[in-house]
Amino acid sequence: MVLDLPFIWAAIIAFAVLAYVILDGFDLGVGILFPFFKEKHDRDVMMNSVAPVWDGNETWLVLGGGGLMAVFPLAYATILPALYMPLILMLLGLIFRGVAFEYRWRTRRGEFLWDIAFAGGSMVAAFTQGVALGALVQGIPAEDRAYAGGWWDWLTPFSIATGLALVIGYALLGATWLVMKTSGDLAARARGYALKAGVGTLAAMGVFSLWTPFLEPLYFERWFGWPTLIFSLLVPLLVLGCFTLLVHGLSTKHDSRPFLAALGLFVLGFAGIGISFYPYIVPASLTIWQAAAPDESLSFLLVGALVLVPVILAYTAYAYWVFRGKVDPEEGYH
Amino acid sequence: MFEQLDATLLARFQFAFTVSFHIIFPAFSIGLASYLAVLEGLWLWTKDEVYFALFNFWKTIFALAFGMGVVSGIVMSYQFGTNWSVFSDKAGPVIGPLMGYEVMTAFFLEAGFLGVMLFGLNRVGPKLHFFATLMVAVGTLISATWILAANSWMQTPAGFSVNEAGQFVPTDWWAVIFNPSFPYRLVHMVLAAYLTTALVVGAVGAYHLLRGDAPKRAKKMFSMAMWMAAIVAPIQIFAGDMHGLNTLEHQPVKVMAMEGHYQSHPDGAPLILFGIPNSAAQRVDYAIEIPKLSSLILKHDLNAPLAGLDTVPKELQPPVAVVFWSFRIMVAIGFAMLGLGLWSLWCRWRGTLGENRWLHRAAVLMGPAGFVAVLAGWVTTEVGRQPYTVYGHLLTAQSVAPIGAPAVATSLIAFIVVYFFVFGAGTFYILRLMGRLPRDPIPDLTEGPIRSSGITPAAAHASRSHHHGA
Ligand code: HDD
Ligand code: HEM
Ligand code: HEM
Repeated sequence: MVLDLPFIWAAIIAFAVLAYVILDGFDLGVGILFPFFKEKHDRDVMMNSVAPVWDGNETWLVLGGGGLMAVFPLAYATILPALYMPLILMLLGLIFRGVAFEYRWRTRRGEFLWDIAFAGGSMVAAFTQGVALGALVQGIPAEDRAYAGGWWDWLTPFSIATGLALVIGYALLGATWLVMKTSGDLAARARGYALKAGVGTLAAMGVFSLWTPFLEPLYFERWFGWPTLIFSLLVPLLVLGCFTLLVHGLSTKHDSRPFLAALGLFVLGFAGIGISFYPYIVPASLTIWQAAAPDESLSFLLVGALVLVPVILAYTAYAYWVFRGKVDPEEGYH
Repeated sequence: MFEQLDATLLARFQFAFTVSFHIIFPAFSIGLASYLAVLEGLWLWTKDEVYFALFNFWKTIFALAFGMGVVSGIVMSYQFGTNWSVFSDKAGPVIGPLMGYEVMTAFFLEAGFLGVMLFGLNRVGPKLHFFATLMVAVGTLISATWILAANSWMQTPAGFSVNEAGQFVPTDWWAVIFNPSFPYRLVHMVLAAYLTTALVVGAVGAYHLLRGDAPKRAKKMFSMAMWMAAIVAPIQIFAGDMHGLNTLEHQPVKVMAMEGHYQSHPDGAPLILFGIPNSAAQRVDYAIEIPKLSSLILKHDLNAPLAGLDTVPKELQPPVAVVFWSFRIMVAIGFAMLGLGLWSLWCRWRGTLGENRWLHRAAVLMGPAGFVAVLAGWVTTEVGRQPYTVYGHLLTAQSVAPIGAPAVATSLIAFIVVYFFVFGAGTFYILRLMGRLPRDPIPDLTEGPIRSSGITPAAAHASRSHHHGA
């Protein structure tokens, strides 16, 4: 491990992607749960609970994507064509759910349409992000600075499984968010869904952990080699700890605890994937050093990132603080 | 070979289509964000409730337009990788960091404060709320700055070298950002956004003046918008002229296409007003021209020589007809805006600004003109630099991703269907909101800014009577 520019940037990009996954994860999750709440009033509250923050959450996706182009252009140029179809679908899904936040309040007759757009778009986005993750973990072939595989390589049982897993995982984030942000009957039902999604997420993480090492010799070595084996043993324990916290929080009505526990699960899963990958950015094809932009680009953007990312985190935290506490069903400009 | 060609063409269509949709929303939201900041500032300053009512009216419209800008923009930032991966690999080290700065300095700022601006007035109070509105407005301007630096670098690249992998490597960031065309493009585009918004606001004001339903607020916004048009339109024409002179210096071939100069003119080139460019025969058919005027405009000398497209190999010429026409559309609209501005000044001086129905009708008609001019301007700029993506260094045909034509065609169709449906619905909702300006409130009874849920009775009532705005 060397602390050079590509390494620092890999860490920053990883942070941006993680921030995206947990932040947009919960608001996509709220969309995924939409069909389970039929009452208009419940849906209004659910949407209002994320309306002030969804745009900021999604901006981490732009930073992850745009940042990749800036600092690992070759990885960007390899991964995006390889995942062409799932990514286009993801973008279309994000369009539908993004506009639903405003459109839904602008029509009575068409409201059901934008409810479908919100739920459907959220599910498609979550599923395709999971598929993209699975396809990346599987490995992407590259030759002569370009993607060297076929158009359907991304579509495998493994990537479908990761797609479904991410839908369940986001549903967990969404449900625990609702537990934290809403009250009464809505929160009570969200508790039930949080428990179900929590069990599902735990199962998915188990399957994923047993499957991954057999996809790539590299991962096998990582998981069962020394010293990373320590981590392989520690992570399952921490995962179980988070799960216990989740169940405990749900049953004792400590309403923010389940959300924190769900975040914990995502952070652990993400760390696990990161450890398996390193030092590859396109598994088995490109390391972070092979894909990195020239140092002139890396250092120029790093100066800004070191100053700006903390500032961004500060005012993002402020925005969350302004809208803290349970959602008041009577509030919102809608 | 043929398949590759098709994929390139399809990818170009896709980029042109998605970015054209995208730019419509920024052109409006950049201007509207500033307008909202002005309205809220005036409200805090004068305590006049008219400003607050207008602020709330436009805020809702802004939220819709902004949302559409965000989702169409996210598509753009991924298109570079999916469709133009070779370009991204090569130019990423230069334009990637510029867009990275855009995300970090602008997008987060807009998004972070947007929630507070839309939903937070009761929670943070007017002063902090005004601050949030200002941050959103500043964010849109910072965003325009970075993305135009990126685009201008592609037009007039500077401050780089090329490494053995064929990548552009920045050597001087100052030169990259302040490349020769950047200042002109930035000024021209920001003014374009302000003008576009002014015309929309003016059209909505005029529409309600014609209907007579909320004279006080309608007159206020109409008057504000006409001041903008009268002041900014002449500045824009001047800025456009400077921009053209800059282009003549750095991308002379583009100017040849804009002017329709197939032939070189050693002793003074004519200004072709209209005509039909004929690239096969390399001449303009049925040209109506004013002798020597082009040399006068471009070189400030009636007899100055001007080179024509006959000095450029045919495969390096841009598609002349597109550039020729889009440029004329933009310029014509620019002068029409100037005309509207002058007319409004005349009426203002005569004291008939709020009554002259012909002026109001003209303003309604000109409502969408800014969008047309913006699109025409971008088409001039982008088509005029063909066949390059990085001007003079990287051909468009060499920038495209190794994707099969069927994949690009499928996604292109998907984008077209989804965009027309989604943004069509959004445009309809925006027009409907514009058409609903609840009657002027009875004195001392201010309108409630907060709606508890759904649509207020007044708005529902108004919606039955008219579904279309300006
Ligand atoms: C002159 C201005 C301008 C131009 C030429 C472009 N944009 Fe844009 N863009 C904006 C001005 C803007 C903005 C005003 O900042 C927007 C509009 C609405 C909004 O949310 O911010 C925006 C939004 C926006 C977003 C969503 C940001 C968010 O999540 O909040 C992305 C990812 C992009 N743009 C990316 C692009 C790309 C890749 C472009 C080039 C191909 C592009 N934009 C051209
Ligand atoms: C937002 C307003 C913009 C519009 C309306 C616009 C329009 C267009 C059009 C019409 C083309 C196709 C030209 C042709 O195929 O003949 C094009 C190409 C292109 N533009 Fe833009 N453009 C815009 C902004 C930008 C910006 C800001 C960038 C970069 C940061 C950019 C990068 C490109 C690239 C990479 C191409 C390559 C594809 C091609 O040349 O066909 N454009 N654009
Ligand atoms: C009569 C006045 C005008 C003149 C002489 C003029 C001139 C120009 C020129 C020469 C270009 C191409 C620059 C290049 O790519 O090299 C351009 C681009 C453009 N114009 Fe205009 N223009 C005028 C009016 C307008 C108006 C009224 C609008 C919009 C409200 C507008 C919006 C644009 C936009 C968005 C672009 C593309 C971005 C850019 O290159 O700045 N223009 N204009």
